[in-house]
Amino acid sequence: MSRAALLVLADGRFPAGGHAHSGGAEAAVKAGRITGGASLEDFCRGRLHTAGLVSASLAAAAVLGLDVRELDAAADARTPSPALRAAARKLGRQLLRAARATWPGDELDAVAREFPKGAHQPVVLGLAARAAGLEAVDAAYCAAYESVSGPASATVRLLSLDPFDATGALARLAPELDRVVDRAVEAARRAVDDGVDALPAASGPLLEIGAEAHAAWAVRLFAS
Amino acid sequence: MHLDHSHDGPSAVSADARRPDGSRRALRIGLGGPVGSGKTATVAALCRALRDELSLAVVTNDIYTREDAEFLLREAVLPPERITAVETGACPHTAIRDDISANLEAVEDLEDEVGPLDLILVESGGDNLTATFSKGLVDAQIFVIDVAGGDDIPRKGGPGVTTADLLVVNKTDLAPYVGSDLARMAADAKAQRAELPVVFQSLRSETGVRDVAAWARAQLAAWTA
Ligand SMILES: Nc1nc2c(ncn2[C@@H]2O[C@H](COP(=O)(O)OP(=O)(O)O)[C@@H](O)[C@H]2O)c(=O)[nH]1
Ligand SMILES: [Mg+2]
Repeated sequence: MSRAALLVLADGRFPAGGHAHSGGAEAAVKAGRITGGASLEDFCRGRLHTAGLVSASLAAAAVLGLDVRELDAAADARTPSPALRAAARKLGRQLLRAARATWPGDELDAVAREFPKGAHQPVVLGLAARAAGLEAVDAAYCAAYESVSGPASATVRLLSLDPFDATGALARLAPELDRVVDRAVEAARRAVDDGVDALPAASGPLLEIGAEAHAAWAVRLFAS
Repeated sequence: MHLDHSHDGPSAVSADARRPDGSRRALRIGLGGPVGSGKTATVAALCRALRDELSLAVVTNDIYTREDAEFLLREAVLPPERITAVETGACPHTAIRDDISANLEAVEDLEDEVGPLDLILVESGGDNLTATFSKGLVDAQIFVIDVAGGDDIPRKGGPGVTTADLLVVNKTDLAPYVGSDLARMAADAKAQRAELPVVFQSLRSETGVRDVAAWARAQLAAWTA
C-alpha cells in the first residue's frame, strides 16, 4: 500500500466533479447563516459531525468490504432530501469514472455495471480508496475532510471571503476531524459483524431543507 | 486526435472512440470564447444548418444560469431531449478542461438516451481567453471571438486563439461601427495560428454559419472515415 495514494484521492483537484457543489454552503449563505470566517467554521463543524460522520463511516465500511448495495441503501436511508440523494449519486458516478481511470480494476468496473447512474459518493469513495490500496481510516479521513473543505472553498467564491480565513477555519477543525474519523472507523468495524444498521445516522435537518430549496432556485452558482 | 483504443469496462471512461457496445461514438466539438462573442448563436445556427442531415445534440456549460440551454430550447433548434445543461460551480473552464466528469456524463447520457448521434456540440459559458477544452472531452474545438471585443484579440493570442482547431471571428457586420480592422485581425490571426483555419462570419448576413458548418462536416467526415 502507498500512503501517498491518499494525497491523490484527497486532492481537491482530483477530477471527480466536486468543484461544482457547495456542500450546502450556497443555501446557507443565502439564508444568512454563513456570513464570514467564523460562521463558516460553525457551519463546517455542524456538517462534519452530521453528514461528515455518516459519509466517513460509509466510506470506511466500503473499504472493509461491506456489501455495496446495502451500503448504498444505507446512504439513501440517511439522506432524507431527494435533491441531496440525486447529487450524491451524480458525484458518486463522477468519482467512479475518475477512480476507474486512475486505479483500474474489476471491482470498480463491476460497480459501474451495477450502478450505471451512480452509487452514493461516500460509498464510491471507499471503493476508490480500496482500489488505491488504502485503508478504512484513509477513506474516512478523505470523506470527513471533503465534508468541510467543499463548503469552505465554495464560500470563498460565494462571499469573496479571504481564502486565508477559510483555510484557518479548516485547520482549527482538524482535531475534531480526527475524532470524527475515529468514531466513523469504529462504527464501520462494528458494521462488519452487525450490518449497516450499526453505522451512524446523524443528520443536519437544515442541510436537507436547504438543499431542497436550493435545488429549485433558477439562478445559482453551484449544483448543490 | 482519434483515440481508437477501446475500453472493456461497462461504460466508457473518457475519450474512448467506441461506445460500450462497440459502435463509434458521436464526434464532439467544443465551442469556447469570451462572453457575448456569439457562441450560442453559432450553436443555434449550426443546429439549423445541420439538423436535417445529421443527428445532433448540444451540451451547454453556463456560468451560473441555464440561459444558453433555455435560449436554444426557446428557439427550438433541437427537440428538448437533445439539449443538456451542465452546472459548473461558476467555473466553466474547470468543467471543460480540469474536471470534465460532468460533461462526459452529459454526452454519454445523450448518446444513450436519444442516440445514435453523429455530432455533439459542447458550448462553454463565456469565460476568458485562456479557457480551452480538454482532449478527453472533445475531439475538436472552435474558439469564437467577435470584432466588437476589440481587434487586438488575435494579436494578443492566448491558448484559445492560438491553438483552437478553428478560430471564428464573429459579427463582422459590426466592424464598421466599432472601428475594427478586419484585415489586421486576419493578419494577426495568421501570425498566431500559422496553418490553422480562421473563419470570419456574420450571423446577420446571408451566408451566416455556412463556413463553420462546412468545417464541421469535414471534421465529421474525417471522424467517421
Ligand atoms: N450583429 C451581430 N450580432 C450577433 C452575431 N452573432 C451573435 N450576435 C448577437 O450577440 C449577442 C451574444 O450572442 P451569444 O451567442 O449569446 O454569445 P455567447 O455568450 O458567446 O454565447 C446576442 O445578442 C446575439 O444575437 C453577429 O454575427 N452579428
Ligand atoms: Mg452562450
